[in-house]
Amino acid sequence: MSEPLFSKKNLKLLSDPLNSSNPITVQVLGICSALAVTAQLKPAIVMSISVIAVVALGNVIISLLRNTIPNRIRIIVQLVVIAALVILVDQILKAYVYDVSKQLSVFVGLIITNCILMGRLEAFALGNRPWQSFLDGIGNGSGYAAILIIVAFFRELLGSGSVLGFRIIPESWYIANGGFYANNGMMILPPMALITIGIIIWVQRSRNRKLIEN
Amino acid sequence: MKFIKDIFEKTHPLVQKGAKYHWLHSVHDGFFTLFFVQKNTSKSGTHIHDYIDLKRTMGMVVLALVPAILFGMYNTGFQHFKAIGELASTGFFEIFLFGLIKVVPVIVVSYVVGLGIEFVFAQIRGHEIQEGFLVSGMLIPLVMPIETPLWMIALATAFAVIIGKEVFGGTGMNIWNPALVARAFLFFAYPAQMSGNSVWVPLNETDKVIDGYSGATPMAEAAAGNINFSVSDAFFGFIPGSIGETSTLAILLGAVILIITGIGSWKIMVSTVAGGAVMGIILNIFAGDNVYMSLPFWQHLIIGGFAFGAVFMATDPVSGTQTEKGKWIYGFLIGLLAILIRVVNPAYPEGMMLAILLMNTFAPLIDHYVVAAHINRRLKRAKISAN
Repeated sequence: MSEPLFSKKNLKLLSDPLNSSNPITVQVLGICSALAVTAQLKPAIVMSISVIAVVALGNVIISLLRNTIPNRIRIIVQLVVIAALVILVDQILKAYVYDVSKQLSVFVGLIITNCILMGRLEAFALGNRPWQSFLDGIGNGSGYAAILIIVAFFRELLGSGSVLGFRIIPESWYIANGGFYANNGMMILPPMALITIGIIIWVQRSRNRKLIEN
Repeated sequence: MKFIKDIFEKTHPLVQKGAKYHWLHSVHDGFFTLFFVQKNTSKSGTHIHDYIDLKRTMGMVVLALVPAILFGMYNTGFQHFKAIGELASTGFFEIFLFGLIKVVPVIVVSYVVGLGIEFVFAQIRGHEIQEGFLVSGMLIPLVMPIETPLWMIALATAFAVIIGKEVFGGTGMNIWNPALVARAFLFFAYPAQMSGNSVWVPLNETDKVIDGYSGATPMAEAAAGNINFSVSDAFFGFIPGSIGETSTLAILLGAVILIITGIGSWKIMVSTVAGGAVMGIILNIFAGDNVYMSLPFWQHLIIGGFAFGAVFMATDPVSGTQTEKGKWIYGFLIGLLAILIRVVNPAYPEGMMLAILLMNTFAPLIDHYVVAAHINRRLKRAKISAN
């Protein structure tokens, strides 16, 4: 352990997934849940925290076990670990934030099939030490969370006129109350979430030219 | 024309590379080519320049739209005065003027927003201003209900130009017809302002409507089970509906212009009408006691946006099919689906928009298989003659 805990290389594990190797906008993983849970900000935040927790802990556990897992059954072992963690998260959500857990419904359970998790376990945790794996899990979870929260912020603001349930656009602006404004119903629908993610990818690529394929 | 040319020659040095107003150069070129043919020619190789370019094509389509625009203005006023029961006491010009004042802002908003975005993109990407929007900018107002708020028109236009077109690389690259993207966007984003009974006829809050007034389009009425529009009204266009879509006669005039000049494909128009008629007949056969399904098949062609879509939207050369056989398949399926969606799905009162967007998506696939079939046939012929 000659390397310091927060060496430059380790910090890169945290920062890369936020931009140049973002799981959603660059690797295009986890799109399904990004479309499904982002109609409002609160479920998106809860979902983000859950995924960060599961991917970080899963990475650490698999990294600890990496030398003892027989190569031929490693996928099964990974699945067992993830499934156990997801059930834990699901139970905790049900216990403490029941309404949000209701809103997220099946999508918490579906974290098990989220490609980001299997991807990180396969590609990183199986070949790296626990601390690095932990940072990698936090980084990738945060990269996922960042996109989810940006998308959910715009979807809730434009689709429902509120942020985190607080009304931003005054009631008196609405057409029903004699104003001129109406909520954009398309923002609530999943297609607009896809378009929003597309716009984020567009903005990201125009700022980070390395990502543009030839 | 001399003085226009003088203006452009005087401003030309100002927009050269390195000059003060270089950032305006694509705007300058855009307006210059609107009036004159550019004198620069290709430097290498042999090229044949056609007389007709994108600007002339687009100009011709706008010309073909003029009857629909003018009638749309008149009908806007007509529906208004009819609703408040003052039709008999109002003169022709007063009716037209009322509609003119209502419709012109919509057209202005659509052009200002759309062309503004086009100019910005031309500047950023360093290419000429593309003229595709000249037609889209006129189509967008014509497919909107008159009571749609102007900011929604602006938003939809921006969405159509950026997400519907510029994302794919600009004019000539778009998958869907931009004007229909604008309408679809509003239709799903603001359904209350895009459908229902109160958006088709302009009324002030103080206006008192006559007894028995509903403001519903013939299609909405038919979907609700009472068919009471007169065929001549529907054909000439004295019915509520989007601004430009009501008059089948005005649209037919436009169709004649498009077909004579060779700009719109008559194959697509004919096959769309055929597809609509076939589906209408099929529905007639299986109608039973369903009122809407038993609507005589040819009456489907004159209500709603069917005619407008068939003539001006389906024939869009960019988003439609390119192969000649493909055009028959593409148009036929548009007509078929439009009537099917219209009658069978109660959530979507107008199927034309969705049918065209859907077939726009499939147009490249149709072309692919038409070309593949050609190749196969020729290969077979080559084999036979080789034996």
